[in-house]
Amino acid sequence: MSTSIARDLTTEIIEAQPTFNVGTELRNEAWTQFKKLGLPGTKHEEYRFTPVTRHLEKKFNLSKSNPDSNLSSVADYLIPDLDANVVVLVNGRFNALLSKVVSLESEITITTLSEALLNNTVARAHFNKYVTNESDAFAVWNSAAWQEGVFIHVPENTSVNKPVFILQLNDASTEQVVTQTRILGVLEKGATVSVIEKSDSIGNEVVFHNFAEEWVIKEEAHLEYCKIQNDAGKICQVSNSVIHQTTSSKLNTFTLTLNGQLIRNNLHILIDGENCESHFYGLYLLNGNTLADNHTVVDHKKPNSFSNEMYKGVMDGNSKGVFNGKIFVRPHAQKTNAFQSNRNIIISDNATVNTKPQLEIWADDVKCSHGCTSGQLDEEALFYLRSRGISETNAKAMLLYAFAAEVLQPIQNETLKSYLDQLIADRLQKNF
Amino acid sequence: MSKSNQVLEEITSKEYEHGWTVNLETDEAPKGLNEDIVRFISAKKNEPEWLLEWRLKAFRQWQKMVEPKWPNVTYPAINYQDIIYYSAPKQKVKPNSLSEVDPELIKTFEKLGISLTEQKRLTGVAVDAVIDSISVATTFKEKLSELGVIFCSFSEAVKEHPELIKKYLGSVVPMNDNYFAALNSAVFSDGSFCYIPKGVRCPMELSTYFRINAANTGQFERTLIVADEGSYVSYLEGCTAPMRDENQLHAAVVELYTMKGAEIKYSTVQNWYPGDKNGKGGIYNFVTKRGLCAGDHSKISWTQVETGSAITWKYPSCVLKGDYSVGEFYSVAVTNNYQQADTGTKMIHIGKNTRSRIVSKGISAGKSQNSYRGQVHVMKRATNARNHSQCDSLLMGDQCGAHTFPYIDVENNSARIEHEATTSKIGEDQIFYCLQRGIDEESAVALIVNGYAKEVLNQLPMEFAVEAQKLLALTLEGSVG
Repeated sequence: MSTSIARDLTTEIIEAQPTFNVGTELRNEAWTQFKKLGLPGTKHEEYRFTPVTRHLEKKFNLSKSNPDSNLSSVADYLIPDLDANVVVLVNGRFNALLSKVVSLESEITITTLSEALLNNTVARAHFNKYVTNESDAFAVWNSAAWQEGVFIHVPENTSVNKPVFILQLNDASTEQVVTQTRILGVLEKGATVSVIEKSDSIGNEVVFHNFAEEWVIKEEAHLEYCKIQNDAGKICQVSNSVIHQTTSSKLNTFTLTLNGQLIRNNLHILIDGENCESHFYGLYLLNGNTLADNHTVVDHKKPNSFSNEMYKGVMDGNSKGVFNGKIFVRPHAQKTNAFQSNRNIIISDNATVNTKPQLEIWADDVKCSHGCTSGQLDEEALFYLRSRGISETNAKAMLLYAFAAEVLQPIQNETLKSYLDQLIADRLQKNF
Repeated sequence: MSKSNQVLEEITSKEYEHGWTVNLETDEAPKGLNEDIVRFISAKKNEPEWLLEWRLKAFRQWQKMVEPKWPNVTYPAINYQDIIYYSAPKQKVKPNSLSEVDPELIKTFEKLGISLTEQKRLTGVAVDAVIDSISVATTFKEKLSELGVIFCSFSEAVKEHPELIKKYLGSVVPMNDNYFAALNSAVFSDGSFCYIPKGVRCPMELSTYFRINAANTGQFERTLIVADEGSYVSYLEGCTAPMRDENQLHAAVVELYTMKGAEIKYSTVQNWYPGDKNGKGGIYNFVTKRGLCAGDHSKISWTQVETGSAITWKYPSCVLKGDYSVGEFYSVAVTNNYQQADTGTKMIHIGKNTRSRIVSKGISAGKSQNSYRGQVHVMKRATNARNHSQCDSLLMGDQCGAHTFPYIDVENNSARIEHEATTSKIGEDQIFYCLQRGIDEESAVALIVNGYAKEVLNQLPMEFAVEAQKLLALTLEGSVG
């Protein structure tokens, strides 16, 4: 695709921009920036393997508005037995009927973003401060055109017992859906919360979901974050997550990608304080024509922090796995320890892997390393299992499961863990 | 740490040792670049019509191209019209022996410690000396020609072996491959050509010494090495350049072509003028190096020790087309002061059962930036391809940077690719261990750095290994971070 198509599409989007009554000023700034950046063509270094723009150009009418949905229950999309605060967005709109907040109001504030921006000072202080305007064109587009979002605020020294489950549904049973949603989360000093974000689509029409989120983790706060992408519909999702960490804060994230047509995740972690700890794990088990692209950045700006990244992938069918992991260690971020590993297994003849682990270091007293592999299942291990009477299918599934399940380690919530475990086991059993 | 800082200061403030100029009467082209200059160069060298056409075609393509901006380096824009594209030492008659060569020129080599006569007698290395883009002396030619090995300057090869040049020129690096390769194709001044016939194992290491000598002269070398079936050659390339304030552009092209069962080992020690300690001057080294393993069971091995140049921008690559072919890349890149290096390799696996190995060791000190950029691409039909890459960076001082950009693209499920990278500094415990045993700090660092780079230095031929170790010691001894 030539750059001119990306240019044309960008103009088309700008011309068709809808009007909003919240945050007009910030939106206008973002539109200007979006015009400058333009949607990325395939020549764009960050989107070399991920043709989101072409996909949009071919399959979507971006000037159309979304249909209404008459969804009455979300039971099918919930995690069984998980006692959580449930927030539901349907086609980019908050659905109060399907949502329920069970935690006390003193423990956590959960509101829609548009409401929060009108009357919540914390929300106003942090909104759009981290998804910077120089960054990704999709993030900027989201800043300009977000339809609705969720605001989460945990006050000082509060530990929220029940996780927050954010369900984003796209009802494309009648026609195409294009949603732009957004989350802003602020964890005050010493706060702890666990968040699960899941997106699903209904029906057979195409869905484009442009999602952006900002998380602020203040001193000694702790965020557990899990993203589940298991959408069997025709979804193309771009998700921009920016997490800002300050002194002695802790972060655990886990991203599971199982389904979707075209999935792009940008995870950007800013370590802007000393003694921070960050663990980010990811697993992509792909088949069919799925393309999953994980771009992660961890930016060490202050000394004495630790980050550990592990992403694993299994590719079957015609799927494509793309990974790009950047570690930046800025000048003066001495005594940084940063580790990264990306491991891939290709099962079928037509699957491919493109990976680019990237280290950029400007400080000398650091320990940084990355490792990255692409290969097959170990023949000897397979033979070992087969010689003990285990069928080839089962032996392969066992080995793949062992390979994949390692990344579940950091998840604390047992209900969530066993749910994810089941998803992984089912997938591996079913396909291999 | 004050002592180490002092030592670091001393070492890094050392002036460039090979910095001097020799006044040779040069025969220069006017500044600037246009079709007439390309014709001028071609005419100067009495080139046949087809080569002129080839140059012009490259020039026309170059005009349509834009300078690449993706490398992780910054430099002021190059004015391509402010460069002299041709300069040659004046020679009335072609010399048959060393005594006929310009005595000034001989002196140049003596200062560099590569006296031709001495090398001829003692080391058994045939030296094709290149001064200011023109080949002036070739030794051991007769001995090589007995075996059918052709080792001569590029312009000589054009005259005497046009059929080979016609066949292989641009076969590995097409004229429009990239901006600098296209520029080189249009204006290349001279270089070396080497052909090893079927089944011949070249008895000596072939070597070329390059030197940039006249001010404002871009040097555009072109090297072509063809190894026929079952042959072997080891080729050395080394560079030193005199001190200069103005930046000089060096855009060379090296093409290696191996047929069935052949092997080429290409070693480089690069020590162009890196600029002074304030980052002023220095050579821009924008080089395209690529080898094609065209036949089955062929092998290409690149070894490089990069210590010089203000900016280095090169990626010696292997295209592993033949089944069971092997590509290797061993590199030590050292940057100091304001030097910038963006270097690495590409391993393109096309044939079945192809193997490649990458070992890259970066050392950055002072305010320098050192990047490794590499690609391992396994094509769809490259069954059982195997790659192992290792790139380590060593940082000395808190103002330098080390960057790693490895691209790994796998389209075949039987491929096994491994990549690992680390970044660290010289451990205080390692230094302490040495100090405890009575080894002073300076020697301790030399010891550790040499140990760190050993895996690569071991790949170099004897003569080069010594030179390389000296170079490493010169730039880095005592630089404890």
